[in-house]
Amino acid sequence: MNGMKKMNKMTRNNLITYVMVIVLYLIVQALIMSGSLSSLMQGLLVPLCAYVILAVSLNLTVGILGELSLGHAGFMCVGAFFSAFFSKCTSAAIPVAGLRYFIALLIGAAAAGVCGILIGIPVLRLKGDYLAIVTLAFGEIIKNIMNILFIGKDANGFHFSTKDVMALNMEPDGVVIINGPQGITGTPKDSSFTVGVLLILLTLFIVLNLIHSRSGRAIMAIRDNRIAAESIGINVTKYKLMAFSISAALAGVAGVIYAHNLATLTAQPKNFGYNMSIMILVFVVLGGIGNIRGSIIAAIVLTLLPELLRSLSDYRMLIYAVVLIAMMLFNWSPKAIEWREKYAEKFRARKKAKAEEV
Amino acid sequence: MSFISYLINGISLGSVYAIIALGYTMVYGIAKMLNFAHGDVIMIGAYVVLTAMTGAGLPPAAAVLAAVIFCTVLGMLIERVAYKPLRNAASPLAVLITAIGVSYLLQNLALLIFGANTKSFTSVVPIPPVVLAEGNLTISGETIMTIGACIVIMAGLTLFINRSKAGQAMRAVSEDKGAAQLMGINVNGTIALTFAIGSALAAIAGVLLCSTYPTLTPYTGAMPGIKAFVAAVFGGIGSIPGAMIGGILLGIIEIFGKAYISSQMADAIVFGVLIVVLLVKPAGILGKNIQEKV
Repeated sequence: MNGMKKMNKMTRNNLITYVMVIVLYLIVQALIMSGSLSSLMQGLLVPLCAYVILAVSLNLTVGILGELSLGHAGFMCVGAFFSAFFSKCTSAAIPVAGLRYFIALLIGAAAAGVCGILIGIPVLRLKGDYLAIVTLAFGEIIKNIMNILFIGKDANGFHFSTKDVMALNMEPDGVVIINGPQGITGTPKDSSFTVGVLLILLTLFIVLNLIHSRSGRAIMAIRDNRIAAESIGINVTKYKLMAFSISAALAGVAGVIYAHNLATLTAQPKNFGYNMSIMILVFVVLGGIGNIRGSIIAAIVLTLLPELLRSLSDYRMLIYAVVLIAMMLFNWSPKAIEWREKYAEKFRARKKAKAEEV
Repeated sequence: MSFISYLINGISLGSVYAIIALGYTMVYGIAKMLNFAHGDVIMIGAYVVLTAMTGAGLPPAAAVLAAVIFCTVLGMLIERVAYKPLRNAASPLAVLITAIGVSYLLQNLALLIFGANTKSFTSVVPIPPVVLAEGNLTISGETIMTIGACIVIMAGLTLFINRSKAGQAMRAVSEDKGAAQLMGINVNGTIALTFAIGSALAAIAGVLLCSTYPTLTPYTGAMPGIKAFVAAVFGGIGSIPGAMIGGILLGIIEIFGKAYISSQMADAIVFGVLIVVLLVKPAGILGKNIQEKV
């Protein structure tokens, strides 16, 4: 404990976050070993890893950069489709699953990161709600494009179409890789809970180190006062773009995890639409804007909550909504905060009085 | 002829978007919040009309009136319970997430009460279709009603905002809440009134939407809600004529995109145009670009 105190507060705080993830991982592993985790819950573990990474990466945009993005699922979608496309094409050529998955991760992250830069350059000039609406529009466009894209492969190479499979004009031996609204079928199932947790740790490492670096301080300076930051020589565009594209690339990583856990990858409104983007935003805001550990906890709790409420069947989403509203009011309403502080004060005073009695 | 018929359909759909966007833009102008639950108020309005007509056997006009009253009360209730406590919260995102929570709540309430099945909606419009150009062009009664309602609402709202005392108070509050309060304006009352008007418009939009596209599910309101939000931003959020122009343009683009380019790509086209417009005019078509002062 003494050693812990000597470390500065920041390092200790980061360490707690890493340890928390590792401990949770060990607990879950123990539960799986002892067989007390239902298969339903086990099926949730890999998506849960993807959600945690999404929440942490969105927190980089919303909490650290201070810009509202409603299209995070779009970047996830890009990462998912690019990597699944790669893995399906090379599942025969690269038999080593680990290597293939590693390259898929790089491809997914790079594709999403490039999208982040392409969107970011023009869009980061916009402010506040306008940025939000453009990112929302981007997410919807990506989802829409993935639904009309057909790609096939035969001896002559790749064929593209936006109409249907017949329009691909393939040789008889051709294979359809992306089948429009039916998506990609037969992506190798390379994701696992352990890999997911390792990627969460990697994401945390990247984000936490970025926040506490010179660049991170520049990004937060822009968030707090753009004009002041500009006046002391911070390159606003560069740092905004940096945060935004890293956030997008990490969302792409989440997409890779998500895609390599599904037999069929399709771009549905519920997994890549704005509903998903909003769900990630809910994780971030509920966990505390700018608080990385909070995002992780909120992502876990809110993903498991509907499952834990499953016994209430029809009422569970209703209760989810009510809990969400109640938690927001309790956490953010100035009156509730005042009341909580007053109560905490009273509690402290009583504790002190008790200590004096003894 | 098909061009004109697409154009009229576009204006009709755009009018619905415009009416919804008016609610979005008024609430944004005054409370500086994106009311994500607005789309779901539309859906509730449509369910109330359906229940009132088939369940209680009310005539269409009375059913619509019931929906308007119900949604007005609902809108004020939502504002009072879920948004007002967060008005001075540290982050503007707090109230956004609460609005999302309200949206989930309304959708799931509708799901519990009315079920997930698609309900077919009977049109409430008594106007017969008009046939023009020797039968080549038919304009449905719903289209005429929608466009007419949109013009009436637009004119009425402009008069109300510019001429009435309450409208003046609204403009003052949207400009500077603190100063308005010092001038003796009841800020809370004004904001509640804005939500009431916005929700009443949502009910009307719901009826018109479901009369034209006669299917109703608990998720009916979500996509038109988002599109109307896009329309409001398109025209310059906070501006009433902007919402109108944005809505109608959006409707026309959507119908033309569906007709001439690709029906599956229509949404992507709408959102693509939005991105281009915002890059050229970052504050929307009629939005004011306010210079930042140091």
